[in-house]
Amino acid sequence: MLEIGLGHYLALAAILFTIGVFGIFVNRKNVIILLMSIELILLSVNINMVAFSAHLGDLTGQVFAMFILTVAAAEAAVGLAILVVFFRNRGDIAVDDVNLMKG
Amino acid sequence: MTVSTLLADLQLLTPELVLAVGAMALLLIGVYTKGEAKAAQRIMTLATALLVVTAGLSVWMAQGPGGTAFHGAFVLDSFAMYAKTVVYLAGAVALVLAGQYLRAEQLARFEYPVLVTLAVLGMSFMVSANDLITLYLGLELQSLALYVLAAFNRDSLRASEAGLKYFVLGALSSGLLLYGASLVYGFSGSTSFDAIAVAAAEGSQNLGLVFGLVFVVAGLAFKISAAPFHMWTPDVYEGAPTPVAAFFATAPKLAAMVLLARVLMEPFGPMTEQWQQITMVMAVLSMAFGSFGALMQSNIKRLMGYSSIGNMGYVLVGLSAGTALGLWSVLFYMTLYVIGVAGAFAVILSMRRSEGMVERIEDLAGLSQTRPALAWSMTALMFSIGGMPFMIGFFGKLFVFYAAVQAGLIWLVILAVIFSTISIAYYLRVIKVIWFDEPSGDFLPAPTGAAIISRIAALIAVSMPVVGIIIALVVNAGAGIGG
Repeated sequence: MLEIGLGHYLALAAILFTIGVFGIFVNRKNVIILLMSIELILLSVNINMVAFSAHLGDLTGQVFAMFILTVAAAEAAVGLAILVVFFRNRGDIAVDDVNLMKG
Repeated sequence: MTVSTLLADLQLLTPELVLAVGAMALLLIGVYTKGEAKAAQRIMTLATALLVVTAGLSVWMAQGPGGTAFHGAFVLDSFAMYAKTVVYLAGAVALVLAGQYLRAEQLARFEYPVLVTLAVLGMSFMVSANDLITLYLGLELQSLALYVLAAFNRDSLRASEAGLKYFVLGALSSGLLLYGASLVYGFSGSTSFDAIAVAAAEGSQNLGLVFGLVFVVAGLAFKISAAPFHMWTPDVYEGAPTPVAAFFATAPKLAAMVLLARVLMEPFGPMTEQWQQITMVMAVLSMAFGSFGALMQSNIKRLMGYSSIGNMGYVLVGLSAGTALGLWSVLFYMTLYVIGVAGAFAVILSMRRSEGMVERIEDLAGLSQTRPALAWSMTALMFSIGGMPFMIGFFGKLFVFYAAVQAGLIWLVILAVIFSTISIAYYLRVIKVIWFDEPSGDFLPAPTGAAIISRIAALIAVSMPVVGIIIALVVNAGAGIGG
């Protein structure tokens, strides 16, 4: 029987984090996907925090995870609001259209 | 926790409490004031007064001994007190600069000063952070307010694009920082800076801690716009309303740099060998991108964006020294930079013609004929930011380079001097346009606030006795930290 230990959780978090970062840089389609990638990054950090917290027998990590969840909600709200403003002005939310300023 | 320890803790947070309660009160007053223009005017005045009062409070608190609060999560030392005073004053200056512009551009809404106040509150927590959780919450409070400010002109495509870019990259940088924080927590067993310092001293080769350190530094480098994490800076400066760019270039830069300095010197002080390489690479890249990127620009706000990338490079040269002297030079340079940039943006906000605001560098032509005082101010400020000898900016660079040479980073200083010489070119170009190009129309009189601030900043830029005063303050402020 496979014992699931700290290493497995860290590996899962690292994979999710990498997917999130790639989602931001490789994605050329839609700004909503960027917001989802950001969410994925923050949640991978939470897995890290809770895994470390359980491993160390220390509650601070779980408290930190609670704060991250709260701030992530606020961040998503601000992000969607800015996205709505952008959509009203541009009429589109394709990543390739975020290109007015360059150089 | 008993009531008396709670009260003692809260006493250390007096300026933050005043700001937090004040911001809520301002929101209420804004909502209950009849008429949008009147509310905006009233809240702008009140918020400026609030920031000036908190600056006074923090000067007054600097007479006391300081200390830590909430089980060491919050620290008030001379370093934090100095940074707070500068941040509050820079916030007040940013509000004074904003008033006239916002009214002229139909943007005068009372949320603007409230958002600036909340951002300043976040910065205040950043510079006092002594725990990863405090660091994160302070940083996010600042960033969330700044995202909204960047997109404040919501009917403009440019501003909303700037806000969107800033949000996506800022959120990514928060994610990097958090991932680093989780690794640091896991491999040191605590989020407290003091405990992390102990763990770092025991196992400076600990791979998990080094990884955490790299991610945390990368996250903070976004906030100070150091290369290779600088991509957002020119776009956001250009797209955001000018007073917002003026605010971005001053207080948040100082707060994030002070936070970076504290993180590197306190919890990761024992790992200087490891982070020195990162900051040196970032310093060289920032100076290179800053100098070469700015040469081609035609928009003055974009130019200031590249200039701030380059200047962060010079500050990182001082920080790379990793000594107390380096820390002083960082504080000193940042103070001079904030004064210079506030003055330069005051001039940019005065570039008004009868057809409206202009922001191309060519539009500065004729400034010397119609507005000689502004022309002289801009000349002094550009020389100072560029580090021409015997302007105060020169002493900032001198101090930074001296600290790096003392730490044996000779080649880094040689590179820095070369880039500094290259960067003089674009500051000189601005001055050439002001004095020698054919005027293309008359300028309207500068708004009172901007005129006063640009003159004060220019006077400081040419008066060398100020250098002595600031050095005395900075040495006093940096005394409690590093080694």
